[in-house]
Amino acid sequence: MEITARALWTLVHGLGFGALYLLACSGALVQIYRLTTSAAPLESTPGQERFLKFYLCAMCVLAWVAVLTGAYVIYPWYRATPPPGTTDLSIFPQRLLMSSPATVGWHSLGMEWKEHVAWFAPISITMVTFVLIRYGRDLRNHQQLRSAVLSFAVISFVSAGSAGFFGAMINKYAPVQGGPTIQLIQGEEK
Amino acid sequence: MNPLNNAASPDASVLTNGSGAAAILSAGIGSFALAVLACAGDKLEAVKNSLIFYKPTGPLSGVTTTAILIWLVAWGILEWRWRNRTVGVGLISVIALGLLGLSLMLTFPPVVDLF
Repeated sequence: MEITARALWTLVHGLGFGALYLLACSGALVQIYRLTTSAAPLESTPGQERFLKFYLCAMCVLAWVAVLTGAYVIYPWYRATPPPGTTDLSIFPQRLLMSSPATVGWHSLGMEWKEHVAWFAPISITMVTFVLIRYGRDLRNHQQLRSAVLSFAVISFVSAGSAGFFGAMINKYAPVQGGPTIQLIQGEEK
Repeated sequence: MNPLNNAASPDASVLTNGSGAAAILSAGIGSFALAVLACAGDKLEAVKNSLIFYKPTGPLSGVTTTAILIWLVAWGILEWRWRNRTVGVGLISVIALGLLGLSLMLTFPPVVDLF
């Protein structure tokens, strides 16, 4: 069982950082929704508050690392230009998608949108984290701030979800491949 | 009466809303800057070339780096101006969410193709 270095990076970017961010974001949305809609102040212990701050900071790190690895590690491999005369486009995903009318949309709509929309997730969640940490319990006195924070958290989730969906589909039709091969498990011949 | 908005309650706010409003509006400004730069880079060759900060990533490197700088500078300025003030956060949130909604539209390729 083996995997190429580029495929491993893509896995770390998409499943490691991206999917984990989406999971964490869904949990955060529930907590922010409770904070926003609860009529009575939600009591929490100092330990719970510390955990929430750590959780939000971890989400910020995940979101930023996901977009930075996407833009500066995976995307250069995706958009690499093949040398003239190249007929095997398997290690040039963008050109592979563009070579067929059946797949060109995954690039012209999917990747063109994904490469930008993904960045709204870290920007939004950084703001959400800042406001929740800065105001803490005092946020109960700022209903409009709470509503805005919830809206931005939802948009962060939707942005990351859209980027994740297109990333998964693009990698299905034109996987990022190449680089050194890493042997994960030595298989036995049957 | 909503106890959350009761100024006379023991939980009365000690922090003004200016700092939160600054963070919210600057996030909207940063997102909108990213969308405008992406759209301009897509339509104008000169802008596209000027946004290539890191060649392997292409114009995306310049679009995102510039947008992040605009976001952080806007945040810093607004935080400095509003930190100790109470501002109309309802209107500011609507503007910020409007900018974010426009950003989502402006980065969507079928919309970009209309220009």
